[in-house]
Amino acid sequence: MPAKPKVVSESQHIFEQSVRRSVARWGHDPHNVLQVLREVQEECGFIPPPAIALIARLLRLSYARVSGVAGFYAFLNTEPHGEYRVLFSDNITDQMLGSEALLDALCHRLWVEPGKRSEDGLVSVGRTSCTGMCDQGPALLVNGRAIPALTPERIERIAQLILGRVPLGDWPAEFFAVEDNVRRADILLGHSLKPGDPIRAALARGARGWSENAANERSWREAYVGAALGPSATLEEIKRSNLRGRGGAGFTTGIKWEACRHATGLTHYVVCNADEGEPGTFKDRVLLNRHADLLFDGMTVAAYAIGATQGLLYLRGEYRHLLEPLQATLERRRTEHLLGTRICDQPGFDFEVQIHVGAGAYVCGEESALIESLEGKRGVPRNRPPYPVTNGYLQQPTIVNNVETLCAAALVAVHGGDWYRGIGTLKSAGTKVLSVAGDVERPGLYEYAFGVPVRQVLEDCGATRTQAVQISGPSGVCIDATEFDRRIAFEDLPTAGAFTVFDTSRDMFEVARNYAHFFAHESCGFCTPCRVGTSMLVAAMDKIRDGNGTQHELREMNRLNRVLLMSAHCGLGHTACNPILDTLRRFRPAYERKLRSLDFAPAFDLDGALARARQMTRRDDAGAHLEGQP
Amino acid sequence: MSTQPTFLLDGVEVPFQPGQSVLQAALSAGRYIPHLCYHPEFKPHGSCKVCTAKVNGRTVATCTTPAEAAIEVESNTEELNELRRTLVQMLFAEGNHFCPSCEKSGNCGLQALGYDLGVMTAGFRHLFPERPVDASHPDLWLDFNRCILCELCVRASRDVDGKRAFSLGGRGLGKHLIVNAESGRLADTEIALGDKAVEVCPVGVILRKREGFAIPIGERRYDRSPISAQALEDAPRPLEKRQHD
Repeated sequence: MPAKPKVVSESQHIFEQSVRRSVARWGHDPHNVLQVLREVQEECGFIPPPAIALIARLLRLSYARVSGVAGFYAFLNTEPHGEYRVLFSDNITDQMLGSEALLDALCHRLWVEPGKRSEDGLVSVGRTSCTGMCDQGPALLVNGRAIPALTPERIERIAQLILGRVPLGDWPAEFFAVEDNVRRADILLGHSLKPGDPIRAALARGARGWSENAANERSWREAYVGAALGPSATLEEIKRSNLRGRGGAGFTTGIKWEACRHATGLTHYVVCNADEGEPGTFKDRVLLNRHADLLFDGMTVAAYAIGATQGLLYLRGEYRHLLEPLQATLERRRTEHLLGTRICDQPGFDFEVQIHVGAGAYVCGEESALIESLEGKRGVPRNRPPYPVTNGYLQQPTIVNNVETLCAAALVAVHGGDWYRGIGTLKSAGTKVLSVAGDVERPGLYEYAFGVPVRQVLEDCGATRTQAVQISGPSGVCIDATEFDRRIAFEDLPTAGAFTVFDTSRDMFEVARNYAHFFAHESCGFCTPCRVGTSMLVAAMDKIRDGNGTQHELREMNRLNRVLLMSAHCGLGHTACNPILDTLRRFRPAYERKLRSLDFAPAFDLDGALARARQMTRRDDAGAHLEGQP
Repeated sequence: MSTQPTFLLDGVEVPFQPGQSVLQAALSAGRYIPHLCYHPEFKPHGSCKVCTAKVNGRTVATCTTPAEAAIEVESNTEELNELRRTLVQMLFAEGNHFCPSCEKSGNCGLQALGYDLGVMTAGFRHLFPERPVDASHPDLWLDFNRCILCELCVRASRDVDGKRAFSLGGRGLGKHLIVNAESGRLADTEIALGDKAVEVCPVGVILRKREGFAIPIGERRYDRSPISAQALEDAPRPLEKRQHD
């Protein structure tokens, strides 16, 4: 009998130790509460209410505030989810590669229902939004670690390891091997710069001319007249380059940096948005893995140009496996004087980078939601104005740039703005890295100068019988074969990088339905139209899938689109209807085949209502169905 | 004579003070824009989107959009009122609202807005979520079924009562009100009968126990005059500042 209380107190002890260690590691700063929650989850598997209460007490936050944060992020659990939590990536590309059959096989093998914990508390199996392994899917996460390239054999091995309770650290290392798959490199993926080259180039721009100690040594920028030229000269080059943001919106980087530089605040911040959540995109994963130095050079150049001393990199939780390598890179850069104080021996040139890891929330890719998340809050997009350049992280002037943008800025710092603007088109300078996946022979990264026609990309990646390409993921556009001469460029087909190919064997209705589910799952729930509207879209699409759809559903989806466009709080809601409207416009037969010709049919399915009884009685014969039903 | 800046709302000039939002300025000037999660005593946050209007052709939530000189605001149009009706329908479909048996009927902002905007049908298939009632507190009921997630109680408890009794949990359609107690029970929070958080709930989530239908149906707040008229009565007049930050 005394054994049971002992176990309880032991586990309480483990939680308490974990919480205290993590809170100390994050400096007892309440803004870091998300990072504390994430670390406790990682160490303990879940975050029970007593742990939340302790975190709240140590960080001087209310219990409900901490609990509200924990409840927002998909990867944080306040209830036990088993020693092993398996989450299958649920992007359409994973499904096309057979993820659903593999999920069923694993559930069957482990005797567990999807979304539920096994009776013995050992394991749970569920689904999660795209994990960014589209070029090597199907993929899953087990306790947050990515395993790509799933096969029936690999699933069987995973089942054995779980049933044998083998610790994750002892699983075969090749399971966790992630390929880079760089297929076509241009100026970015093929650069040959050494770590620090962009910083030295930026400093050199200011070194010309004479220098002298100024009487008022307010900062390193004002202390040397020569050095004072460096940041503005660098900013000039960025502006000359016409570099535009690579995260999708395409805002001109130089204008953003200049506005931030001129904003007054206690500290300026450089934030790198590595929360690459758009389904079908994985370029940042490769850039972070192969070109981390170039990225940190870009962040440091940005800090130099805007006068920032602190950098933050927000890494999506799905890329947790990159955290240690990135931290090792930061550590090496400190020893090489490329980070820390007196960077490259420049007095007063101080810059540090801290990495925050996300916890499963697509909406945090929106810059103001990302800042909220960095501040340890629920990732809800802010009301704007004011904009981050004046009121960003901790209400201080902040630039938020995509990984690829900062890498490109590093190239501009070395080669100059004129060189960069000479590449690509008039309105879209430079190159774009595309994440090509789907029905292609050679999925992976393809870098092109802007202006490349879709047709050329399709030829290069070995796509045949192509029916459609989803450009820039579900929030982008879906084009059909008549449009393959359109070009990747801000003025024609702007993209954050996703390039998902569907051949003629694919049902475009199912593609749109997958995306509709994605948006409903990722809606932050702040505003009425998106919170409810995205679920209503799912209901309409599922009703059509189930064979109960009518013209009424098509009209309804048009109405929902108007509501979302007019009143949603952020881009997630504005674009949530895009996949449906695009496919309706171009592939209407895919919908109409499924419609009943009636004007309206109820979604209630009498025979479907008996499904539960059939499951419980293990009957599926004709007598267990209503007449005339399958 | 006056140098106060103005903007145009449905063709009529509306004066404003710098710092006011379009909605605040309109209400102060006696011009109604339908709204729900906005309350004159609290900093607007713009989640319900009922106050959406066209400002220089762009649709925005007027409660969080700063008033600016010479902007043109379109609000009372069929297109925008249809949008508002749809948003109200969405809120009804999302929760479990049974007006005939609700103690708040007649005093309810959601119900009143539905009547005032002319919402005649359900519009959507209702979702019928499962939301257990919290009856743990000796003096208060917490009926989550009627919650429209306006966050007014969150703001009132934090900014006025200084108790932080409420917060939001979950995400998306699973977003829900949570209370500040490890047990998850209202009884274990600091909330008390006289709190602003109790008074401010526009729907029937936070209700006083042992107080049922003290004012009969037919004589309640929105029975006397529609919400559009009440909102103008409640609006701070010019130069009066009552907002808690």
